[in-house]
Amino acid sequence: MLTLGSIAVTLLGLLFITFVIGRVMPIDPVLAIVGERASQETYDTVYLQLGLDKPLMVQFFYYLWDVLHLDFGTSLLNARPVSEDIARVFPATLELATIGIIFGVVLGVPLGVLAAVRKGSWIDQIARVVALVGYSMPIFWLGLMGLLVFYGILGWVGGPGRVGIFYVDVVPSVTGLILVDSLLDGNWDVFKDAFSHIILPASLLGYYSLAYVSRMTRSFMLEQLSAEYITTARVKGMSEWDVVWKHAFKNIRVQLITVIALSYANLLEGSVLTEIIFSWPGIGSYITTALLSADMNAVLGGTVVVGLIFILLNILSDLLYKVFDPRAK
Amino acid sequence: MAETQTMREWLLAETPTSRRHAKISALYQGWLSFRSNTMAMIGLGILVLLVFIAAAAPLLSPHDPFVQDLGNRLAPLGTDGHIFGTDSLGRDILSRLIYGARITLYIVALVALIAPIAGLLVGTVSGYVGGWTDTVLMRITDIFLAFPRLVLALAFVAALGAGIENAVLAISLTAWPPYARIARAETLTIRSSDFISAIKLQGAGPLRIITRHIWPLCISSLIVRVTLDMAGIILAAAGLGFLGLGAQPPSPEWGAMISEGRRFILDYWWVATMPGLAIFTVSLAFNLLGDGLRDVLDPKAGE
Amino acid sequence: MMSTLLDVQNLWVRFPTRNGVFDAVRGVSFTLGRERLGIVGESGSGKSMTGRAILRLIRPPGIVEADQVNLEGQDLMKLSEKDMRSVRGQRISMVMQDPKFSLNPVMTIGDQIIEAYRLHNSASKADAYNKSLEMLEAVSIRDAERVMRAYPHEMSGGMGQRIMIAMMLIPNPEILIADEPTSALDVSVQRQVLDIMDKLVKERGMGLIFISHDLNLVADFCDRVLIMYSGRIVEVCDADKLHEAKHPYTRGLLNSLPRLDAPRDRLEVLERDPQWSEAPSVSGSE
Repeated sequence: MLTLGSIAVTLLGLLFITFVIGRVMPIDPVLAIVGERASQETYDTVYLQLGLDKPLMVQFFYYLWDVLHLDFGTSLLNARPVSEDIARVFPATLELATIGIIFGVVLGVPLGVLAAVRKGSWIDQIARVVALVGYSMPIFWLGLMGLLVFYGILGWVGGPGRVGIFYVDVVPSVTGLILVDSLLDGNWDVFKDAFSHIILPASLLGYYSLAYVSRMTRSFMLEQLSAEYITTARVKGMSEWDVVWKHAFKNIRVQLITVIALSYANLLEGSVLTEIIFSWPGIGSYITTALLSADMNAVLGGTVVVGLIFILLNILSDLLYKVFDPRAK
Repeated sequence: MAETQTMREWLLAETPTSRRHAKISALYQGWLSFRSNTMAMIGLGILVLLVFIAAAAPLLSPHDPFVQDLGNRLAPLGTDGHIFGTDSLGRDILSRLIYGARITLYIVALVALIAPIAGLLVGTVSGYVGGWTDTVLMRITDIFLAFPRLVLALAFVAALGAGIENAVLAISLTAWPPYARIARAETLTIRSSDFISAIKLQGAGPLRIITRHIWPLCISSLIVRVTLDMAGIILAAAGLGFLGLGAQPPSPEWGAMISEGRRFILDYWWVATMPGLAIFTVSLAFNLLGDGLRDVLDPKAGE
Repeated sequence: MMSTLLDVQNLWVRFPTRNGVFDAVRGVSFTLGRERLGIVGESGSGKSMTGRAILRLIRPPGIVEADQVNLEGQDLMKLSEKDMRSVRGQRISMVMQDPKFSLNPVMTIGDQIIEAYRLHNSASKADAYNKSLEMLEAVSIRDAERVMRAYPHEMSGGMGQRIMIAMMLIPNPEILIADEPTSALDVSVQRQVLDIMDKLVKERGMGLIFISHDLNLVADFCDRVLIMYSGRIVEVCDADKLHEAKHPYTRGLLNSLPRLDAPRDRLEVLERDPQWSEAPSVSGSE
């Protein structure tokens, strides 16, 4: 159970880890700013400006102060504030992961329930194979294969990127979610094109959450179906369908919420590799690109934001827990 | 009687004659139930084969995995002497896959050593000592759990520099918290049991209790968890390799090979496909084995 | 004695296992009138399985077979699953051991009782609500309106079991199977729950199958007793004549209980004769 105090401590720990990583990095933050050819004088000025002469604890507090004001420094690549960059790329990831999780939950929960109710039947076997393949397949490879087959050979979907080059920046960005923006603008062509681009990476992410969600649903359901209150429901003369959905399923809602929240958080993060494969301009691509070009502020800023989302989703699932479980009140 | 007793009867005896007998007999019965699980046996078979391939790589591979032949680059599947074709530098893909098995095993073995041991240490100390130590250690564990794993690993590799060893470290750093949780939970149940009190009365100190009595009892649930995690470790390592943060060229690491082949995916699909299939096969094998082991060692957790 | 409600002939319950088929109930026959029939036996004797088999609640891979399970002229073994559902609850109901587990933890008690009623009666929600309130009061629950809104975890064991009884009796069944209904309760409330159950069963002229491991309780509470051992009925006797029982197993059970009127230094340990489980089942028909 998360309390406000433990959230604060977790948050602090998260920031401490990113801070330490930032200090250990084999990149001189001063050199990165002033360049190789700067004079010793310029170097020293920047050194003092960054507060690098202060003790580590003091530096950590500076860092905390900045982060609390959503200031992650400026990107060394484009000299813009990292927070602005993140605000720009994040909607792309959000859009992708949200469609992915909807896909995973809409298919995964019924599949898991069916597999539990008909344990050992062909549908249980299918659910098992789906999950095993999901747990064993490298996501970036499956993404490549998907591109090869559905884009390269069959031509059914759009290729990499969020929209084709003719549609870039056609609709004004309101929410940053291109499917929503194009609808708001009433521009069907952009919507269709964006949809054909998102469908493949989103199904890919959806498949991974489907594998996880269905497996967890199945084992939660099996546990509930062997409970005595299920026998009570049957003794009452309920149909099997009602026994499953009105009684057993009600009891797994709480656990399911936690699993779905976790899976959603994993998609937001797991999209790193997917975004690379599909040239998707989201936070995963952003962190990776920054990493490869040694843009430390951008890497740490991105990491903190993803960590924050993790914690937020945890809090959210905790709140929902209290809504759905009478025993938690 | 004793002379006519077969090995099998001895192993399945209902009343063991000694502690060793009981132990061996329990192992044998576990093996029998494991053996009846076809999928788990397939997994085990694949992994044994993998170890063999890795050990005998120089004998098995038809070519040197590093020798380039630019005249014969991107040869398709089934080319003479190159069953799986060649990559963009004309290197034999099959030979590279065979040598890549060594890297995969190396990574898996290292992570499987570091992470559970670190977790076991943290978890048992936390569970046995309790109080403030427990609170602090578990809070740290929670912080690491709250972190997105791949992003954390990315950040670590960024700090430490790219390379296999650093990739192993980064993955281990993100992998230990669940083990600590498991070990702590086990310790808490064991700590309050009567036999621990008995040992305490005999004068055993905390160190002896933890190392000789608690650790052995945590092992089986940890083994199951490690085996099930193995596939995830392989995928994470391959992911880092794919991003260019793991094994560096010209190393035939499977993830890096996919990354190389990615540029030609539309025209020369096999270059990226073959290493992907290799990763899939091995992590599938670990998942199958893990499922089987869980059923034998930890029947409670079995669905 | 009186009209027969239920006639069970040659009932078997089988479970296929890795080492062959396990017979949990082996050819049990008995009848039930408007009476209180006790089934006694140790754990694993098949007494609970018998109760569940009558309601056809044994899940696959378990198999139930019988020459007949006749409920007032209707053979339950021949009914479709759908027809069986209208038998469950409405004509035969069951109260289980522990209300902590037999009530759905995330539904209010009111919802669970109303549901039991509306499954077999096309009543409006308001009618069902009032009916449920009445029923809760019938099982001596004060403050029934508050209980209707409460969740099972807020109830004590004794209250939980009374709620179970209310829920199971609300569709007005002819037969109630009570499977160890008081074993999980505090001794102090056991009697109270039994009395309430007894009163309702008598008032409504129902048949009661009372499954228990407690010989004295059954002797005290029931009219007739079947003693089960390893899936078979080894002896049938009237409850008031239980202490004259002849079968060595029953005698053994009786002798292994401490008695205030005949104190002994050492209680007898039950010696089991493999022949008991081989001997054919005694018929419990009247």
